[in-house]
Amino acid sequence: MATTADTFQAHTDEHHHDADHKPSFFARWFMSTNHKDIGTLYLIFAICAGLIGGTISGIMRAELAQPGIQYLGWWAQMMGGANDVNTALHMWNVFITAHGLIMVFFMVMPAMIGGFGNWFVPLMIGAPDMAFPRMNNVSFWLTVAGFFSLLFSMFVPGGTGPGAGTGWTVYAPLSTSGSVGPAVDFAIFSLHLAGVGSILGATNFITTIFNMRAPGMTLHKMPLFVWSVLVTAFLLLLALPVLAAAITMLITDRNFGTTFFDPAGGGDPILYQHLFWFFGHPEVYIMILPGFGMISQIVATFSRKPVFGYLGMAYAMVAIGVVGFIVWAHHMYTVGLDVNTKMYFTAATMVIAVPTGVKIFSWIATMWGGSIEFKSPMVWAMGFIFLFTVGGVTGVVLANGGVDDNLHDTYYVVAHFHYVLSMGAVFSIFAGFYYWFPKMSGRMHSEFLAHLHFWVFFVGVNIVFFPMHFLGANGMPRRIPDYAEAFAFWNHVSTIGYMIVVASVLIFFVNLVYAFTAGRRAEGNYWGPGATTLEWTLSSPPPFHQFETLPVIEEHHDYHDHLPRDAKPATA
Amino acid sequence: MPIAAAYRDIRRLVFGVLALVGLAFAVQGVSAAAPAATAPEASAPAAAQADAAPAKGEPAVGADAAGNTDGGYEHLGPEWIKGQPTAFEDSPLKSMTFQDQYTDDGQFALGMNDYILAPVIVFISAFVFFLLLVVVVRYRRREGREPSRTTHNTLIEVIWTIVPVLILIVIAVPSITLLARQYKTAPADAITIKATGYQWYWGYTYSDNGGFEVISNMLPPEEAEARGLPGHLAVDNRMVVPAGVPLRIQTIGADVIHSFAVPSLWFKMDAVPGRLNERVLTIQEPGIYYGQCSELCGARHGYMPIAIEAVPMDKWRQWVASKGGSFGDEAEVTEAADIQAPASATEGAPAAGDGPTAADDGNAPSVPLDATEPA
Repeated sequence: MATTADTFQAHTDEHHHDADHKPSFFARWFMSTNHKDIGTLYLIFAICAGLIGGTISGIMRAELAQPGIQYLGWWAQMMGGANDVNTALHMWNVFITAHGLIMVFFMVMPAMIGGFGNWFVPLMIGAPDMAFPRMNNVSFWLTVAGFFSLLFSMFVPGGTGPGAGTGWTVYAPLSTSGSVGPAVDFAIFSLHLAGVGSILGATNFITTIFNMRAPGMTLHKMPLFVWSVLVTAFLLLLALPVLAAAITMLITDRNFGTTFFDPAGGGDPILYQHLFWFFGHPEVYIMILPGFGMISQIVATFSRKPVFGYLGMAYAMVAIGVVGFIVWAHHMYTVGLDVNTKMYFTAATMVIAVPTGVKIFSWIATMWGGSIEFKSPMVWAMGFIFLFTVGGVTGVVLANGGVDDNLHDTYYVVAHFHYVLSMGAVFSIFAGFYYWFPKMSGRMHSEFLAHLHFWVFFVGVNIVFFPMHFLGANGMPRRIPDYAEAFAFWNHVSTIGYMIVVASVLIFFVNLVYAFTAGRRAEGNYWGPGATTLEWTLSSPPPFHQFETLPVIEEHHDYHDHLPRDAKPATA
Repeated sequence: MPIAAAYRDIRRLVFGVLALVGLAFAVQGVSAAAPAATAPEASAPAAAQADAAPAKGEPAVGADAAGNTDGGYEHLGPEWIKGQPTAFEDSPLKSMTFQDQYTDDGQFALGMNDYILAPVIVFISAFVFFLLLVVVVRYRRREGREPSRTTHNTLIEVIWTIVPVLILIVIAVPSITLLARQYKTAPADAITIKATGYQWYWGYTYSDNGGFEVISNMLPPEEAEARGLPGHLAVDNRMVVPAGVPLRIQTIGADVIHSFAVPSLWFKMDAVPGRLNERVLTIQEPGIYYGQCSELCGARHGYMPIAIEAVPMDKWRQWVASKGGSFGDEAEVTEAADIQAPASATEGAPAAGDGPTAADDGNAPSVPLDATEPA
C-alpha cells in the first residue's frame, strides 16, 4: 500500500516539471493507459484494417466485373495454394469471409467504439479517463492479435485451398466437417480474441459511464453519443458471450469429437445458426448505434439547436437494443422454420422500423427551424440520414418472411446491408471523423477536400450498391464468383462504382496529409456556438490528462448545454 | 405535460396497436382457412392448361436436336425457358426487377411487392429526401437567423410513431397471409420429390415412383450455349416434374447446407444435413425454370444450378417410365394417403425434424465430384 501511495505522490510531483507527463514513445503507444492514445491507436488500426478489407472488396469487384474466372487462380497461387480450379474458387470464399470479418470486427467496431468511444465518452461525461485504463489497453491489443490471427488463417490450409472459406457466419457443417485444416481454427480464434477484447471494452464503458460522470451529469443530461455507446456496450456484453460459446462449440466439433452441430451425433446445424444470429443481429445494431449517437451530436451542433425529442432519441436506442435481441431468426427464414415462428419474426422485425423512424424524423426535426451550417461533418450526416433510410426501407421488405423466400441470400440482401453499413455506419464514421479530427489532432483538415471526398464517395457507393438491388431481385445469389451472362451489365456498373470509391478514399488520405503538414492549428471550439458538450471546453488536442478538477454540471445545464455559463469556450 | 396523462396516452396507444395486430391475425386466420377448403378446385384450371399445352409443345420437339432425349421421352427445348434472369441488353426494365412468377404464391408475393412494398419504400425514401431538401433550402445559415429552441412537440412525436405503425400493419396483413399460403400442407396425393444437395451438384429422388435418383450437374457454359441454353444455369439432367399439380418438395443436405432456390417460382428452402424440409409447390404451366444453390457450400457453390422442367402429366409419366420408375396403382395411392394422414396433420411446418434423419443418405454420390469442369 505504501508503495502505491509513494508512486502516486511521485507521479503528481512530476506535474510541476512537465504538465503533460507524456511517457516515452514505446511506453506511450505500446503500453498505453491513456484513453485518448488508445482511441488514436484504435482509429489507426481501423484505417489499416479498412484498407485491407477494402482492397479485398476490390479484388472481388474486379473478379465480378465480367462473367468467368479471371484473377482467382493467380490469387490462389499467391496465397500458396495449388493451381487448380477448386483452389481458385475456394479463394473466392476466403475473400468474402475475410472481407466480412475484417469490416465488421476490425474496421467498424474498432473505429466507432474503440476509436470515437474511447476518445469522447470520457471527455463528454467529464471524466479524467476510462474506469480501467490498463484493461482498455488489453482490449486494444487483443483486437490487434485477433486481426493477425485472421490474416494468418489466409495462408494455411483450409480444405479445398488456403484460408477459411466459410463466410463470416462460419456456418456448420461447412466450417466443421466441410473445412479440413487449421485455417478455420485460426479464423475462429481470431473471433475469440476480438470478442474478448470487445467484452472487456464493453465492461469498461459501462463502468465508466455509470460511475465516472461529472458531478451533476445525470443520465438524462448525458450527450446522446454517450447514450449510444452505453446501449452498445450492453449489447456487446449480452451478445458476444453467445458468439463465444457458439464458436467454441465449433472448435470442439472440429477438433475434439463433439457433435453439437453434427446430426450424426444428435446435434443440429440449425442450432449453430440460432446461436450465431442471437449474437449476429444485435451485432448489426452494435455497428450502427454509435453512429446514431454521432449523427445526433453533429446535427445539433450545425443546426445550432438542441436535439429534438432527446428522451425519445435516447429511449429509441434502448428500444432498438432490446428489440434487436428478439428478431434474430429473420436471418434464417429459409432454414425450415415453423410457420408460427416465421410469422412472429416477421412481425417483431418490422417493429424495429418504428424506433428507427423516430430517430430519422427527430434528426430532421432538429434541423427544422435551425440555422444550419453545411460544414463537412453535417454534409456527411445528411448523407447518412438519406442513405440509411434507403437501406432501412429495403430492410422492411426483407422482414417479410414470405417475400424473403425469393430475396434471401441474393444480392438484394447484399445491397440492403451495405446501404446500412457501408453507407450508414461508414458515413457516420466519416462524419464523426471530420467532426472530431481537429479536436484529436490539433490540426484543421481542408473543408474543400472533405466536401469533395463526400461527393465522390456518395456517387461511388451508390453506383456500387444500388445495382445490387436489381441483381438480387433478378435472382443472383450472393457469394458466387461467377455468374450467368444475364447478370453481367449491372455487375460491371457496380465495379465501375468501386473505382470511384477508390478515388474518394485517395482524397481522404490527401486531406489527412494536408491537415498534418499544412493544416492550421485548431482552436478549442472550432465549430462555434453550436458545439456545447464538454470536449469543446478543452484545447485541441486536449491535454494528456484532462479534467484534473472535475467540471460540474449545474442546475441550469440541460442535456444540450454543458458549457460553463461564465466562461467562453476555450480558444487555444 | 403531466406525466400521468402521457402514461395514459401511451397505454391507450399500446393497447390500440395490440388490438389492431390481433385483428390482423384474426382476419388472416379466417382468410387462410377459406382458400384451404377450395384448394383442389383452384388447381384445376392450371391442370387443364397443362393438359392443353402439348399441342403448343409439339413443334418444339423436332427442333431440339442435341441428343436431348431420354428413352422415349423428349425434353423441352430452349424455347420453353420461362424462369431465368433477364439481361440488361434484352430489357433494361426487366433486368432491374423480379422474374415473372409461375406459381400462385409467387404471383401473390410479387403483387405484394409491386403494389404495397415498393410504393411504400419509394414513398418513404422520397419523403425523407424531400424533407432534407426543404431543410437545406429553408434553414441554411443566414445573417440574423435565430435558430428556434423547440425541442419537443408531443403531437408530432405521437404522429410519427403512429403512422409508421399503421403502415407496418398494412404491410403485415398480406405478409402474414402470404406465409399462411406458403405453409399449406401438401395434399395426400401430391407427388413427392426429394432434392438432395451434394458438394457440388443436386440429386432428385422420386420417392413415390420407385425412389430412383436423378443426378444433376451444371453443363459447362460453352456446351450450354452451344445447345442454346443459358450458361451457368443449364444442367445435364433437369428435375422433371408434372405441371399444374401439387408437388411435395423435400430438401436435405448430404454433406453441408445447400439451398434449393428457384426465383421464378418464389421458392427457396435450405437443404440441411439431418433435417428433411418440406414445402408444397405447384407450377402453373409447363416450362423450364432455373435457379441456383443459395447457401454457401464450399468451393463450387457458384456452380450448382437448379433446372426444373415442368411438363404435362402424361409426358411426365412417360419420362418416369424412361427412368425405370414405377407408379403406385390407385389402391396403393389411397392406402399411402391413409397412412400419411396423421403425419401430415402435424406438418404445418415444413417437417422440422419429423422427417427421417438422413445424415448418411447421400454418402454415395453416383457421379464423381469432378464430373463437370467449369471453364
